Amino acid sequence: MNVRARTQISELARRSLVRTIRQPAQVVPAITFPLFLFAINAAGLDAAAGLPGFPAPDYLTWIIAVPFMQAGLFAVAGLGADLARDIETGFLDRLALTPLSRTGLVSGQMAGTVALGVFQGLVFLAVGLAAGATLETGLPGAVVLILLEIAIVFAFGLIGITAAFRFGNGEAVQGLFPLLFVFLFLSTMALPADLIQQDWFRAIAEHNPVSFIFDGIRSLFYGGWDATALAEAFGVAAAISLVFMPLAVRALNARVVRT
Amino acid sequence: MSSSPHAASIEVEGLVKQFKKGPRAVDGIDLQVAPGEIYGFLGPNGAGKSTTVLMLTTLLPPTAGSARVAGWEVATDGARVRESIGAALQEAALDPFLTGREHMRLQTSLHGIPKAERMRRGDELIERVGLSDASDRKVGGYSGGMKRRLDLALALVHGPRILFLDEPTTGLDPQSRASLWEEVERLSKEDGVTVFLTTQYLEEADALANRVGIIDRGRIVAEGTPAALKAEIGEPSLEVVPADPDRRDAMSAVLQRFSAGGDCVHHEHGSVGVRLKGGDAAMADVVRALDADGIAVASLQLHAPTLDDVFLDKTGRSLEGSGDGEDEDDGAYVGEQRQEGAVA
Repeated sequence: MNVRARTQISELARRSLVRTIRQPAQVVPAITFPLFLFAINAAGLDAAAGLPGFPAPDYLTWIIAVPFMQAGLFAVAGLGADLARDIETGFLDRLALTPLSRTGLVSGQMAGTVALGVFQGLVFLAVGLAAGATLETGLPGAVVLILLEIAIVFAFGLIGITAAFRFGNGEAVQGLFPLLFVFLFLSTMALPADLIQQDWFRAIAEHNPVSFIFDGIRSLFYGGWDATALAEAFGVAAAISLVFMPLAVRALNARVVRT
Repeated sequence: MSSSPHAASIEVEGLVKQFKKGPRAVDGIDLQVAPGEIYGFLGPNGAGKSTTVLMLTTLLPPTAGSARVAGWEVATDGARVRESIGAALQEAALDPFLTGREHMRLQTSLHGIPKAERMRRGDELIERVGLSDASDRKVGGYSGGMKRRLDLALALVHGPRILFLDEPTTGLDPQSRASLWEEVERLSKEDGVTVFLTTQYLEEADALANRVGIIDRGRIVAEGTPAALKAEIGEPSLEVVPADPDRRDAMSAVLQRFSAGGDCVHHEHGSVGVRLKGGDAAMADVVRALDADGIAVASLQLHAPTLDDVFLDKTGRSLEGSGDGEDEDDGAYVGEQRQEGAVA
């Protein structure tokens, strides 16, 4: 990558970051809503930790994984809405009239979301530990956790980008949010697969990619280092990225058809 | 490909845009714009103005025909064209969360202006468009006129030879409009920038443009200097408001007898207009005829030919409001079609 391209991407990333910071309505719910859900679940389902075969030392340490995953959903909504606004206001056309490459456009837009994801990860970890969750893998585990959080928001951010380029309006992108929430709930979010009594629910949860991400996150909190769980979690994030990167580029090509 | 220097800044031959399952938005237009000229592209909503601008700025591939901008073919040398042009498209394309100065920083960086020059260039343009005091405020708090001025400044950061302005004053108050006209004139006269300006405002084309192309339903129906176009019409127009609005049709029937050609036009504000055969001298006859039919007149105005009269003469319709309710706005339609990559 040459100096000019680096400058272009870093300036677009700076804009993405500034824009994210200046939208409290985007940042505050992305932090508070997952923590609110975390608090309710941790308090209300605490007794679940007493079930035979429950793998975590306590329910708090089990459910702390959920906010990290929810950050991905907020990445879809936040990034998608920002990009959709750029399309609606014509800002995307302004960018298309500069020598900025398509790759630069996508990667630059992602910066604010990734930065927010890192911030979310640090806050969730701090709140979780303060509330009494344990992180068995220690500081190295915290670093891996943040890296995994980046992988999650990047992957899900690409879904938001694809939707924004495809639909071109914020309402359509926001419409994805509840759909993705269904995926979240049909996973091992609340209970391990073994303890889910409904066969259909257990079957879905066992094969839901979100469950693999939960397994990776949870492996850092209890049970010691688990290379397989981490590889599967990063693998799912990578697979989502690999599927949605070409879809995002294809949608971008259809949206910006400059000669 | 075609990098040879051309006498004209913009050369268009048989340019067509056919949308998939949609209208032929641009239907074989030809035009030439000389260096330093302000070319006014006048037409109602849905006429094909924005589609033409999007094609000339490389943001929409033409279906047929050719267009060269700054000597480069838009269909094949898009990157070269974009280096040579600046564009302020419909609606000021700004980020409400960034300040004016931050917009400048981003735009100068994206255009590859050396770091040492970026701030100087940005400040210079911000000052030129009169936004120095507001440059550190977020754009979301700017007025429509301020946004348009910033939009114009952003289009100029890389010193383009050709500037495309798509309805730059739509929705602006008269003072903001005059301020923008002044800057566009200065760019053309002092900096030699070629300006391709679309508008649906007659007075804007009249006041600013060296030459005007009038477009309707994708075709150029008239082209020339505003003075020459009006001279072609010759006869003045008479606009009459009946005292009793229910007598508009009766009045129209009387006025039709004095028409120099074409039907009477019913304006939205209640008047009836007609191009008057015989000019000023026929006025007395019109008044007598209306009186004979018992039609009382609330007001009566005779005015020299305008560009609206030219449009009326060429299309049989008045430019004012002629796009309303007919088609979707040109830009809005294009927006919907572009997402499908809908090039037939």
